[in-house]
Amino acid sequence: MAEVVIVGAGPAGIRAAGVIAAQGLRPILVDEGRQPGGQGYRRPSPGLSLDMDALMGTEAGKYKALHADFAALLPQIDYRSRTLIWGIEDRRLYCVRDGRQMTIAFDALVVATGAMDRIAPLPGWTLPGVFTLGGAQAVLKDQGCLVGRRVAFLGASPLLSLAALQYRKLGAEVVAVCDTSPFRDKIAALPQLAAVPRTLARGLAYLAALKRARVPLFDGVTPMAIEGEAGVTTLRFGDGQGRERRIACDAVALGYGLKPETQLAELAGARFAFDARFRLWLPVTDEDGRAGEGLYLAGDGAAIGGADAAEASGALAALAVLHDLGLRPVIDERPVLRRRLARLRRFQRGLARAFRWPVPALSRLPDEVAVCRCEHVTAGEIRRAMDEDLGPVDVNRVKAITRCGMGRCQGRVCGPALQEIAAAHAGLPVEAVGRLRGQAPVKPVPLGILEEEEA
Amino acid sequence: MTMRRADVVIVGGGLIGAWTAFFLARRGRKVVLIEKGVVGAQSSGTNFGNLRLQGRFPGQYPLSLRSQALWEEIEDLIGDRCEFDPSGHLYIAFNDTEREKLEKYAAVSESHGLAIEHLGTADLARRYPWLSGKAVAATFSPRDATANPRLVTPAVARAAKALGVEVVEQCTVTQARREAAGFVVETADGRSFGCDHLVNAAGAWAGEVAGMFGEGAPLFPAGPPQFVTEPFPYFIRPSVQAVDGTVIFRQIPRGNVILAGYPRTAADPIRNRAPVPPAKTLAAMRHLTAVVPALRDCHVIRVWSGIEGYLPDMIPVIGPSMTTDGLFHAFGFCGHGFQIGPGVGLCLSEMICDGSTETPLAPFSIARFRGAVAEDEKFRREFDLPAAAR
Amino acid sequence: MAVGGDGASPAGGGRFVRAVPREAERVRFTIDGKAAEAQAGDSLLTAILVQRPVLRRHEFDGGERAGFCLMGACQDCWVWSETGERLRACTTPVAAGMAIVTAPPAERFAHG
Repeated sequence: MAEVVIVGAGPAGIRAAGVIAAQGLRPILVDEGRQPGGQGYRRPSPGLSLDMDALMGTEAGKYKALHADFAALLPQIDYRSRTLIWGIEDRRLYCVRDGRQMTIAFDALVVATGAMDRIAPLPGWTLPGVFTLGGAQAVLKDQGCLVGRRVAFLGASPLLSLAALQYRKLGAEVVAVCDTSPFRDKIAALPQLAAVPRTLARGLAYLAALKRARVPLFDGVTPMAIEGEAGVTTLRFGDGQGRERRIACDAVALGYGLKPETQLAELAGARFAFDARFRLWLPVTDEDGRAGEGLYLAGDGAAIGGADAAEASGALAALAVLHDLGLRPVIDERPVLRRRLARLRRFQRGLARAFRWPVPALSRLPDEVAVCRCEHVTAGEIRRAMDEDLGPVDVNRVKAITRCGMGRCQGRVCGPALQEIAAAHAGLPVEAVGRLRGQAPVKPVPLGILEEEEA
Repeated sequence: MTMRRADVVIVGGGLIGAWTAFFLARRGRKVVLIEKGVVGAQSSGTNFGNLRLQGRFPGQYPLSLRSQALWEEIEDLIGDRCEFDPSGHLYIAFNDTEREKLEKYAAVSESHGLAIEHLGTADLARRYPWLSGKAVAATFSPRDATANPRLVTPAVARAAKALGVEVVEQCTVTQARREAAGFVVETADGRSFGCDHLVNAAGAWAGEVAGMFGEGAPLFPAGPPQFVTEPFPYFIRPSVQAVDGTVIFRQIPRGNVILAGYPRTAADPIRNRAPVPPAKTLAAMRHLTAVVPALRDCHVIRVWSGIEGYLPDMIPVIGPSMTTDGLFHAFGFCGHGFQIGPGVGLCLSEMICDGSTETPLAPFSIARFRGAVAEDEKFRREFDLPAAAR
Repeated sequence: MAVGGDGASPAGGGRFVRAVPREAERVRFTIDGKAAEAQAGDSLLTAILVQRPVLRRHEFDGGERAGFCLMGACQDCWVWSETGERLRACTTPVAAGMAIVTAPPAERFAHG
């Protein structure tokens, strides 16, 4: 029987596993984390009395359904939690779990590795107390903790207001929500956002709730600096009306939308193409998620779509697996799923338009600001290296010369900013400077990794 | 299109081509350096970074020592130190047979004037307490060094440019031939160059250029699997190498450990890919931990390889063409070209400008491939190539 | 400002705030040799940051770090144990007896 392996136990991976299991196959579902659910549908760690109904609000039903379905699915799948896949070769996954090496062979691979925040550096962004927007939410759901007492939310994302509300509900003082995207961008995106009216309404409701609570809201913000000595004390920004504001805070949650985690897809052979709307390099797939021989991508790890799109695309990818294995699916919902996915992805394109990645600000990033937080490489060092005779232009060459992207995160955090700074400095379109090439291990692997146990 | 005239055209903007261009320009020659991609991007930029003097092919010592003297002056030569570090090199043996091998290497090194320290178990425990008991003996060569290969070739090319060399990147040579008046070199973008001397420094792609002049060498592309760890406290001063070939490693002052392992894997020069099989990375990790147990908790953060040109007798081709006057070859450095790069460039400049060089280079003649060539025993042991590639 | 959970801000200046209570065993561990306490289910990062403002000193920029992405992607929260172990704080549960140090244990390396 064909071995189907699914990477990522978020909504996409869980739905994919469900479709495969319904066919009578026993998929292997691999996840790096301790619990299923991914990011958006993260479960609290044991013992926390967190009111997830209140926290998840309108999405509480879907959250509970996903986890209930997973529990029901568990006996029919081979679920491998706390397992990091670090390399792929010849239809074999190289993994590490509890410091021990193991391999998992596959015939069909569904990669549903989700996404992480896209970050635009600003002065002071490496200070203790600055966290990603996704991280601020993750620690709330998983650990029941706030990242600070007086939290500012900065960036361009519909999740800014959601996270701010969640924080307020749980007792934080939300000192400001600073959206760098101007109001007019949101108006211009309305036709696309109307593709999913309920989600649009939800977003507007979050904003209304924040206004009612008198949380200071700003849009069209120009971030200037995060200040502090040992940690964050102040956020300084232009308020969109030409005034400079300084807001006292002890934490900043920073985020400019999401970008897919594509390292495993790349190792498995996916090709990439530049998407001008998202301004991201995305893996190339067909409408059902096929990215190569025996390779299928789903969820935010393929293209940013949100949790509903993840569930739909996970099911679609699994249906494609079954189809390609010559099996007739028990239930074939492909037309419905494709339509749903297309609508949800149209909505996401609207969000990308409404909440823009701040390209001009990045191109003007002051020289002294670190772009690579792992290796401490500043924007100035990047520009100076590029200015040298025979200096690098492609981001992989910039990396080789400056060390930007050579650290533990291997360009996850700095990659998009590096692309913009390099392109702006070279006077080239951003796709012309390329993207940082992936290599194994996709995350750090200990040298003393123990041998695989004999089965 | 009009033909650009130069004294010398060099095909290949790797470290060999760049150093050769630099030394020729210092002698006042008009040089054009043609590179199909960007300078220093291939093996020149991805190699391990060892400037090793121990354990070289005996006939290479004059070249190697001459080259090391240039490395030691690199900042004066090209205005950039490129992280040159006189780290010394520790060659370690795991058993008596290997120790004997080290002694043989040391005798050769010493015969050429290199100072070698012979270390037994007690010496190793005292000087390098982080070395496991696996190492039973070692030789240490203080004159050996390391540098950052990513920085070197661009820096040398810049210095060459400052001396008047024309560096042409993103330009592939499609044809080269000898005519009565000199060489004609044509490129994919329709340019043509005329010159009196031509240097084939095209790395893993040099076989094609040699072929344009009816010559060849059984060059094959491969690369060692390498990895780098996260940074952690700096404690490994020398560059370390196991004589059995399982590990070559060094720690840079920033703290990362770089490792190159064996066997080397076939690389694909057409698609420009040098894959690293995960199993080889795992094997290398185990070998390293066995030698330096304190590293067991450190994490590998990236693997890579490069596209190097190898020849079955594990020594390069350096010297004049057998078929064509004025053509010189310098390729197939079998993974040890970084250290001799400056020396090769200097010698080629002397051959071109003076008609000869004082440094003996006879063993590296391309003529040796006219007949059958004995495969070096390393070739069988250190490579892991599909039968078709050999 | 009301902060829910298990009480007032911890003495000594923690960065994270517990917003809700947790039914869990206490976990005793040390940071730079000093006794510390967390709750079973806490990540190591939470365990440290509820009582301290930072996790570690950065190797290259001379500053301190308190994590960033909190979900195992940015690799900025790796901390050392006294015995030289490396722990990614945001994805590692705190365990009894963990002995965390905020600077790399250099002596351990030099002497093997």
